[in-house]
Amino acid sequence: MTTQGKTINITLKVWRQKGPGVKGKLETIEAKNISTDMSFLEMLDTINEGRIVQGKEPIEFDNDCREGICGMCGAVVNGIPHGPEKAMTLCQLHMRKFKNEDIIVVEPWRARAFPIIKDLVVDRSALDKIIQSGGFVSMVAGGAPDANAIPISQNIAEKAMDAAACIGCGACVAACPNASAMLFVSAKISQLALLPQGKPEAAQRAWNMVHAMDDCGFGNCTNEKECEAACPKEISIVNIARMNREFIKAGFASHVM
Amino acid sequence: MNWIINTFGTSIGKKFLMALSGACFIGFLLGHLGGNITLYFGKDTFNSYAEHLHALGILVTMAEISLLSLLVIHVLTGIILFFQNLAARPQRYVANKRAGGRTWASATMPYTGVLILSFVLLHLINFHFVKKTPDNTIFDIVSKTFAQPGYMVIYIIAMIVVALHVSHGFWSLFQTLGANHPKYMPIITKVGIVLSLVFGIGFGLLPIYVPLIAS
Ligand code: FES
Repeated sequence: MTTQGKTINITLKVWRQKGPGVKGKLETIEAKNISTDMSFLEMLDTINEGRIVQGKEPIEFDNDCREGICGMCGAVVNGIPHGPEKAMTLCQLHMRKFKNEDIIVVEPWRARAFPIIKDLVVDRSALDKIIQSGGFVSMVAGGAPDANAIPISQNIAEKAMDAAACIGCGACVAACPNASAMLFVSAKISQLALLPQGKPEAAQRAWNMVHAMDDCGFGNCTNEKECEAACPKEISIVNIARMNREFIKAGFASHVM
Repeated sequence: MNWIINTFGTSIGKKFLMALSGACFIGFLLGHLGGNITLYFGKDTFNSYAEHLHALGILVTMAEISLLSLLVIHVLTGIILFFQNLAARPQRYVANKRAGGRTWASATMPYTGVLILSFVLLHLINFHFVKKTPDNTIFDIVSKTFAQPGYMVIYIIAMIVVALHVSHGFWSLFQTLGANHPKYMPIITKVGIVLSLVFGIGFGLLPIYVPLIAS
């Protein structure tokens, strides 16, 4: 390779925490000659390679697909989950969005319901617990039904698809001033409540998932809209309004209790 | 009966309580402003409005009891939400930045709420729990109070705080009640802003206007 891309020098202030429940602190790490073509995670990889050679502990962080679809990655960069770019996961954020000599503060998602495992890695199994409580449809497996056997309008299909874009990364919780998980739960409730396949269990689902969410220790939504602004998939708070309707319907106009 | 607790006790249930009681308070503010507009027409209009209002007797008492119960619900639920939300993030962020959703009004709801509560108490002491006589009519009481610069400033600031609280509260209550629709939300948001301006200006000018016409 003969072409030399642009490089920058940055100062990272990264949250370091040895394990759950212990005290953590920000560590200042100088990173020199970071190619602006690197993604944020590649930048962390590069730093970690250097640290391993020097016998220092690497910075622990979660990731998997690195193409913005799995929802594993995520850290709060300069106060914003997944960094400053709209509609983008951390793995898709590139260092060209930063300037030479920038100071970048990197923190884990902070919520009581997401205990820190190590450094930037948090335990998001609370989101799984909510899904287990009702975020599915019970189907009798059998031959696949004919396509278009159940008519669904394009408009409804779009809305359900928009809700289904949620990758469960937890950025909404991290962004919410109250550490509420309502955007996540509302997306999961909406994607099913909108479609005929989800309707039969809609009341029980809304009831169970909202109670599971509260039991996990998330905060209460106060309509700050920070979740929507931080969501890498731009899930709208219209879903939260729909969840509120579904829940109140379940509470007052259904058999569930 | 458990189902009622299991509905209202949840995060969404508490939101509902806040939204419904908040909606009632907005209704009350509209009524209160409607009455207070008579102040702009001078002493006699206002005193006769007050007389007519109190002639309603038992209805006024019933309204007072309902408002008091709504206040208890709104304040208690608000306090519970505030502390639960604090506890939901035991370790705060070192770097804080808004992603673009939060506004001044939304970020200060609990604090503007406390300010409004203290103002309401002061307001009741000033005008409600005072003996009204033919020589000391409600108009005289109001104009004497506003003639004191300290009270005038407190009342004006309080109305700005109310406007701020309503500007987030109004659209927010529709969102909570599930009424967020692409056709209506833009209108609701605008109505909320207009309403908070109406409250801020309609009530907020009184402390300046009343001393002027009283002298
Ligand atoms: S690593 Fe999969 S979304 Fe970022």
